Amino acid sequence: MSGLALDRYLPRESPIHALDARVKFLVAVAFILAVSLLPAGAFASIAIAWAAIALASGAAKLGPFRPTRNAFFALPFVLAALPLVFTRPGEELFALPLGVFTLRVSVEGLVAFLTIASKSWVAVQAALLLAYTTPFHDLVDALRALRLPTIFVTTVSFMYRYLAVLSDEASRMLRARAARSGSRGGRSGGRLRWRAVVAGRIVGALFIRAYERSERVYQAMLARGFEGTVRPRASRALRRREWAALALAAALLASFEAAAHLWIPAV
Amino acid sequence: MNPAAAADARSVEPPDPARWIEVEHLHFVYPNGYEALKGIDLVIARGEKVAIIGPNGAGKSTFLLHLNGIHLPSHGRVRVAGIEVTRATVKRVRAEVGLVFQDPDDQLFSPTVFEDVAFGPIHMGLSPEEVHRRVEAALAKVGMSGFERRAPFHLSLGQRKRVALATVLSMEPSVLVLDEPSAGLDPRGRRELIGLLRTFDETLIASTHDMRLVAEVFPRTVILDDGRIAADGPTEFILADDVLLEAHGLERP
Amino acid sequence: MFPAPFLLHAPDGFFSVPVSVAFWVVTAAVLAISVREANRSLEERTVPTLGVLAAFIFAAQMVNFQVAGGTSGHLLGGVLAAVLLGPWAGSIVMASVIAVQALVFQDGGLVVMGANIFNMGIIGTLGGYVVYRAIASLGRGWRWQLGAAAVAAWFAVEAAAVVTAFQLALSDTSPLNVALPAMAGVHALIGLGEAAITVAALAFIASVRPDLLQARERAIAAGGEGHAGGLRGALRSGPAWLAAGIVASALVVVVLAPFASADPDGLQRVATDYGFDTVAQANPYEILPGYTVPGLGGTASTVVSGLLGVLLVLAVVLGAARIVAARRAARLQREEASSTA
Repeated sequence: MSGLALDRYLPRESPIHALDARVKFLVAVAFILAVSLLPAGAFASIAIAWAAIALASGAAKLGPFRPTRNAFFALPFVLAALPLVFTRPGEELFALPLGVFTLRVSVEGLVAFLTIASKSWVAVQAALLLAYTTPFHDLVDALRALRLPTIFVTTVSFMYRYLAVLSDEASRMLRARAARSGSRGGRSGGRLRWRAVVAGRIVGALFIRAYERSERVYQAMLARGFEGTVRPRASRALRRREWAALALAAALLASFEAAAHLWIPAV
Repeated sequence: MNPAAAADARSVEPPDPARWIEVEHLHFVYPNGYEALKGIDLVIARGEKVAIIGPNGAGKSTFLLHLNGIHLPSHGRVRVAGIEVTRATVKRVRAEVGLVFQDPDDQLFSPTVFEDVAFGPIHMGLSPEEVHRRVEAALAKVGMSGFERRAPFHLSLGQRKRVALATVLSMEPSVLVLDEPSAGLDPRGRRELIGLLRTFDETLIASTHDMRLVAEVFPRTVILDDGRIAADGPTEFILADDVLLEAHGLERP
Repeated sequence: MFPAPFLLHAPDGFFSVPVSVAFWVVTAAVLAISVREANRSLEERTVPTLGVLAAFIFAAQMVNFQVAGGTSGHLLGGVLAAVLLGPWAGSIVMASVIAVQALVFQDGGLVVMGANIFNMGIIGTLGGYVVYRAIASLGRGWRWQLGAAAVAAWFAVEAAAVVTAFQLALSDTSPLNVALPAMAGVHALIGLGEAAITVAALAFIASVRPDLLQARERAIAAGGEGHAGGLRGALRSGPAWLAAGIVASALVVVVLAPFASADPDGLQRVATDYGFDTVAQANPYEILPGYTVPGLGGTASTVVSGLLGVLLVLAVVLGAARIVAARRAARLQREEASSTA
């Protein structure tokens, strides 16, 4: 089954893996929030945040640079911030004449762009580290304990359970389509609209298979005594040590944020 | 694909009917590091009917997917009708090799039988009249004429398998590759399938666990085990060799 | 892939914290209503159904069709989910999909998730459904219904793109006069793919399992016109709505470009009031100087610049899309590998 490819969890014996999922989730969100709040050009502070990830990843026995290496995939979105380089007014770094237009690159624009790109990169690493060290069902339990409405918790956990099955079905249908996509030279492939319609029909067929599967799942649940609600697993209260860990993380992040705005030099 | 390159490949080496399919030192390693095929050498002549048998996980399906360019070799090479299977030639190869998957539901995604069988010909860029002619011919061949307007989803499994066969026959391939064609069929469906396959003139390659199907349709049998060819010969000899069959987790029909 | 989900799945860092928090508040409020409405109207059996169908939307986003130059079209699925499940359950399903994509695959950020759910999950399902119903009520027959779904699907993608552009501008991540025409222009095309896939999927379901469509759709599908005929009709009118889509895309640029190039003070003032501006004030728009083209005066010039900008961004986006496509293909292959092995 493709279950492995659909889960980033990497089991290790480490204090970070052992930490309660609620604590990890809250710390990760707070960390990303703190990074998002850093001022423009605060590259030293962003480097400190990055070092903290590397340290935590090392402590989790994943090697310090695994999140760094695997976080590049979020980069295409950087495109959205690229125009800043040209549009932000400020000291001109260089100008690029392009026919009737001139692209002017300003120092301020470059700094703003690099700030956004590096913040985003560090934030993705934090989210990756959370996924590496926390099994998804623990994360779902954490969300339940954090009072997420039941309908979301059950939807997300059922979704996760059938993700591999349905992705697999989609892959097999796409493969069967590819196997018939032959050509003896000349114009082939059909028209664009036809290709889009075929994709839509595959989606439709996938829906019917998914729906029929959900009916079988429901019948199997009834057969095992399901009465309409999924009884939530009771979650234990946070231990004192876990509260302490949360408080420590909050204090660290708050002082980091204050230092970044007041003392740590920015470009 | 690059038509010029394909034309080159054809003009340099006209396809030899005695070596219609040539597999040389084929190795295949999945991206996760699992080596599914560990050096396969096989030559199949045009019109031959070959059964590939072996235990689950032997690499049968992985091997079949190479014949159609769904997988490309990690080492070694595969040639079909004189065309080496590469990223550049896959579309050409897919017109030459019709691959029928085990689960017809993976293959059927149109609201009507007609549109499903027409997918391959339309993709090949054929004229509407030619598409129509091919669909009718393919459906007639599998005994499903008259089902054109029906929804594939509403047919029985045996009928869906026939339609799935028709969806590749309509491309008029020179090689038919079937993955577990009789899996899940009831005895009557199986009899009908055997009768149907016996009428085919095309080169036929099928992976299966169904020894009666092997005995009745395929004169030649290849045993695949652990990514290697363990035996290759006339079906009557292979199916008579109890020691060989048992060594590879198989049994006599 | 054609960058359907990719430009809308914003990672953390691209929306400022005030924008992120504001959209989390709005999203949470809307989803609270969705939960109440869904709990009221759904039967117990929907417990597994919603989860399996959320997995379906995830898998459906993998289904692609080749467009040109190595790019491909994909589905986002908001309107499809809303039409199949109703808008409330649809928004819960879409929010779950976006949450799992962020938590499991880091596709989209956590702090910005409120904004992402708003753009793709709420505009797509609730907004798209309103458009679908509004248009569907104006005509009769199954073909009209499918047309309404097509317009709604196009609108949902386009609206998500426009709102994303505003969020980027409010966050000071991208100037509005670049982000708006770029996002609106690119997604006017992407929306066509969304519309085609949505319509074909609905037509397929209607012809094979009409009982799975919502009661209203079912009644219309059953009465009068045959389903297959309806589909073929929709296909035959295909070029018409393709042309309509391109005209609409150009219209969006024509309508929005002057707005974008107009005095940006309003937006600037919002930024200043909330204390998150680090931008200087005047003349920040140099990519097309003054947002005009030499030799053309006034609005016409602005419009031409807008269209040029769209083409420029489209070219860059298609380049980036190829990179993403390679990544997705690799992931797909890995998944296939582990499933066949």
